[in-house]
Amino acid sequence: MKQVKKYDSQPFELVKSSEIAEGIFDLELKNPQLAKITKPGQFVHIAVPGKVLRRPISVCDVNGDTIRIVFRIKGEGTRILSETRVGDKLDLIAPLGNGFEINNDKKYAFIGGGIGAPPMLYLAKSCAKAKESYAILGFANKSAVILENDFNDVVKKTIVTTDDGSYGVHGFVTTALAEIIDEVDEVCACGPTPMLKAVSEICSKNQKPCQVSLEERMGCGIGACLVCACKVKHGGEEEYLHVCKNGPVFKAEEVVWND
Amino acid sequence: MTDLSVNICGVKLNNPLIAASGTFGFGHEYSEFYPLSTLGGISCKGITLKPRLGNPPPRIAEGKGGILNSVGLQNPGVDHFIDNDLPWLSQQGTAVIANIAGNTVEEYCMMAEKLNDTTVDMVEMNISCPNVKHGGVAFGTSCDSVASITRAVRSHCRKPLIVKLSPNVSDIAEIAKAAQSEGADAVSLINTLTGMRIDIETSRPILKNNTGGMSGPAVFPVAVRMVWEVKKAVDIPVIGMGGISTWEDAAEMLIAGADALQIGTVLFNDPYAPIKICEGLSAFLQRKGLKSVSELTATIKPW
Ligand SMILES: Cc1cc2nc3c(=O)[nH]c(=O)nc-3n(C[C@H](O)[C@H](O)[C@H](O)COP(=O)(O)OP(=O)(O)OC[C@H]3O[C@@H](n4cnc5c(N)ncnc54)[C@H](O)[C@@H]3O)c2cc1C
Ligand SMILES: Cc1cc2nc3c(=O)[nH]c(=O)nc-3n(C[C@H](O)[C@H](O)[C@H](O)COP(=O)(O)O)c2cc1C
Ligand code: FES
Repeated sequence: MKQVKKYDSQPFELVKSSEIAEGIFDLELKNPQLAKITKPGQFVHIAVPGKVLRRPISVCDVNGDTIRIVFRIKGEGTRILSETRVGDKLDLIAPLGNGFEINNDKKYAFIGGGIGAPPMLYLAKSCAKAKESYAILGFANKSAVILENDFNDVVKKTIVTTDDGSYGVHGFVTTALAEIIDEVDEVCACGPTPMLKAVSEICSKNQKPCQVSLEERMGCGIGACLVCACKVKHGGEEEYLHVCKNGPVFKAEEVVWND
Repeated sequence: MTDLSVNICGVKLNNPLIAASGTFGFGHEYSEFYPLSTLGGISCKGITLKPRLGNPPPRIAEGKGGILNSVGLQNPGVDHFIDNDLPWLSQQGTAVIANIAGNTVEEYCMMAEKLNDTTVDMVEMNISCPNVKHGGVAFGTSCDSVASITRAVRSHCRKPLIVKLSPNVSDIAEIAKAAQSEGADAVSLINTLTGMRIDIETSRPILKNNTGGMSGPAVFPVAVRMVWEVKKAVDIPVIGMGGISTWEDAAEMLIAGADALQIGTVLFNDPYAPIKICEGLSAFLQRKGLKSVSELTATIKPW
């Protein structure tokens, strides 16, 4: 057996759980071996009691022996996960995927749309120039706002936008990004596809590199079953890469956005 | 000690568990969990003559107790497999089965030729893929077409030839007989059952391909029935699969008539399933006073 595994399937003990906004859960899970090898932008693949498929969830933060995940109840699987009780064990395959590439000399804009905000936190914390970087978090309305204080502790400035103007800046993350893009060297984003597409267009217009974290439905989570396809282009050639193994983080300019 | 090894067409497997085609890639990813010699064999991702892009995503959906996939045979092509994946895979201490699919009979024959002089242990002819427009399942649904493709590929293939059968037929035993009569060394079954899921909010199918192939625990009873029917109809080895997820399922499939087993979907939930299934089977054999796992095969006492 290999001495050092890149990932493994192991039990994690739930040490803390809370509902931080309606239908949004914040869980802290303990596993001494796997938490400490987890990098920003990676995800975990969680076995849900009674379900054939695991559920992929991004890592929001890592603190010593624990990882933190924040997820929204979407369907039955995430609902079952939200009912996990402190002390219970969940089986996770972790850590998975390639995370973000961070350059210690660069100032960043970290952009999170809705439930795309959590994976940006650990990334921001791991960034050498965090105190010169921005977080831009977009939500539907005031009651959906999460993690604002967490980001405030880490970056120079956290800009919250809401679609309906009930909190922060009225508008989309792209409105806020356009205003500060000259002050950053690179952009990292996670959120709904239309948002990622719009962010990547602003970045290419302003000639700023942009990394995006994508989602796709998954089977194995490790690159073996080829279900989580994502179309990318290298030069003129288009091919399907796989979100779980080649991603979830991709260079925005390589992604072929589907409609 | 109980003996879990089995012999299929002259190839000795460490144990009866083979990773099912398409669920295990070419082995690299799962070798992070355990040595691949943990498995009796690996049926590689289905390969075609030329590289294939596969279908657009989403390619997977879930149902109660099962999944649907519509990967559409994304693969790097037979030459890439032989040059890049096979050399490493053949050193892992497990039997290597090349799973081939084609648009035409000629393509199957050309692939069989290319594999003749390689270290591949067996060839599994997939005439049952529901996710491609040409070929695939079309070859596997009538006795005549199964007979003619088996005859053609047999004349080009010097490796043990397994014919993988589709469950999307009215009489799978007749199909198995057709394969046997034209020289198949073994049959494997079942491939996936065609299915569909729809998002009720948007009225859109979940899969971009609209339909997909169903696998996982929900298909297990269908698979057991088909393995039983096929075993009664043929004398060649039967490799049983479809929804096996526990050692009890494995034992049941062997009792129904399987000489070896493949497991696929369960790996997505528990990569360590092969180890647990082997341990469970060993203990079961011991309890039953059986020395070898093969003694379990086809011990069904039907009413
Ligand atoms: C790399 C990655 C990271 C993610 N990180 C987070 C996160 O940090 N927080 C969060 O709330 N959500 C995240 N998601 C989305 C999350 O995986 C889905 O919301 C969840 O799988 C839904 O499961 P369900 O049973 O509740 O919903 P259902 O709709 O009932 O699920 C049915 C099936 O579809 C799959 N599925 C449905 N929606 C998605 C989706 N958007 N992405 C992938 N698979 C889906 C499910 O996994 C399941 O197999 C992430 C997805 C990916 C791919
Ligand atoms: C994602 C996925 C991809 C598959 N790809 C192939 C393939 O390329 N060739 C093939 O013969 N069968 C393929 N199959 C079918 C499996 O090999 C197997 O027949 C089926 O999944 C039933 O077994 P299971 O319930 O244990 O998964 C695939 C199945 C899945 C789930
Ligand atoms: S989920 Fe299996 S390859 Fe990505």
